[in-house]
Amino acid sequence: MSKFRNSGKKELPPISTASLPDIVFMLLFFFMVTTTMREVTLMVKLTVPKATEISKLEKKSLVSYIYVGPPHKQYQKIYGSEPRVQLNDQFANVGDIPDYITAEREARDEAEVPMMITSLKIDEFTKMGIVNDIKWELRKASALNITYSSRQRAD
Amino acid sequence: MAKKIPELPASTLADIAFMLLIFFLVTTTMDVDSGLRRRLSPMPPEDMEDTPPIKERNVFIVLVDKSNRLMVEGELMQISNLREKAKEFLANPDNSDKLPEKKLVEIPFLGEYEVSKGVISLQNDVGTQYGTYIAVMNELVGAYNELRDELSRREFGKPYNNLDKDRRKAVQKAIPMLLSEAEPKKVGGK
Repeated sequence: MSKFRNSGKKELPPISTASLPDIVFMLLFFFMVTTTMREVTLMVKLTVPKATEISKLEKKSLVSYIYVGPPHKQYQKIYGSEPRVQLNDQFANVGDIPDYITAEREARDEAEVPMMITSLKIDEFTKMGIVNDIKWELRKASALNITYSSRQRAD
Repeated sequence: MAKKIPELPASTLADIAFMLLIFFLVTTTMDVDSGLRRRLSPMPPEDMEDTPPIKERNVFIVLVDKSNRLMVEGELMQISNLREKAKEFLANPDNSDKLPEKKLVEIPFLGEYEVSKGVISLQNDVGTQYGTYIAVMNELVGAYNELRDELSRREFGKPYNNLDKDRRKAVQKAIPMLLSEAEPKKVGGK
């Protein structure tokens, strides 16, 4: 019987950690690929409305964003508490939208311009007046593909 | 015998990789942007002549006022009932003469199909809340989507989303999404 039992107490061999970097690298690559950096810092409070008939935006590179909502507290001294438009990293007026759209178009390939989508991220308590002004400007700039950003409503 | 190259210490490699991993974990935003897709109507040309008036029976008027009340075809209504009402208007199952007319159109895959001439007109006040507007819009788009889905199940036996491109086009032609948004009325303050 002693054939199988080695004499003396043997200590457990240390667990090899040589494969740990490989595992970590695998995770690392996964996150590197899926990461999209936040490009803008939101300066407005934003709770988008809920809806059921929503579709996902597939090509993120073709989407330009317009944010509308009441400014965050630290900006309220300057910009007031009424809903404002934010383009890129700054507050803007509704009249600046055509310029923004033109700039966005120039940043893209010419062939992709007709497929561009403007995503309107608008706070649900905003009044329609400003939304209609934005839509009017978008029509003038003929950026007609829009999506009203919204969350999935469970029902 | 050649000198053995000493092994590289690999124990710190894991630390470096962990640091990178944590950085990407923190900066990752996985949220996929989703929303209600719409297409705005292009600006009318300057010299456009007045379009011929649409018959009253072909228009489904939805009004939302500044206190977010909903009026459909002259009656107050809850948002939860809007979808059914819109579907009834668009489908006009009993060919009632109060609901929109239909026109026979030749459509590939479907043959002759009675396409409704109904148009939904959505009008909101400047003071309407955006959330309410989206809720109403969602119901109206939902009505169209449900009708398309029903037609697709009836004709092709599958849901609309699983159809191929040509059949989807046919269904779109049979049930066109005519959703007009009138200029908002500027009545009342903010």
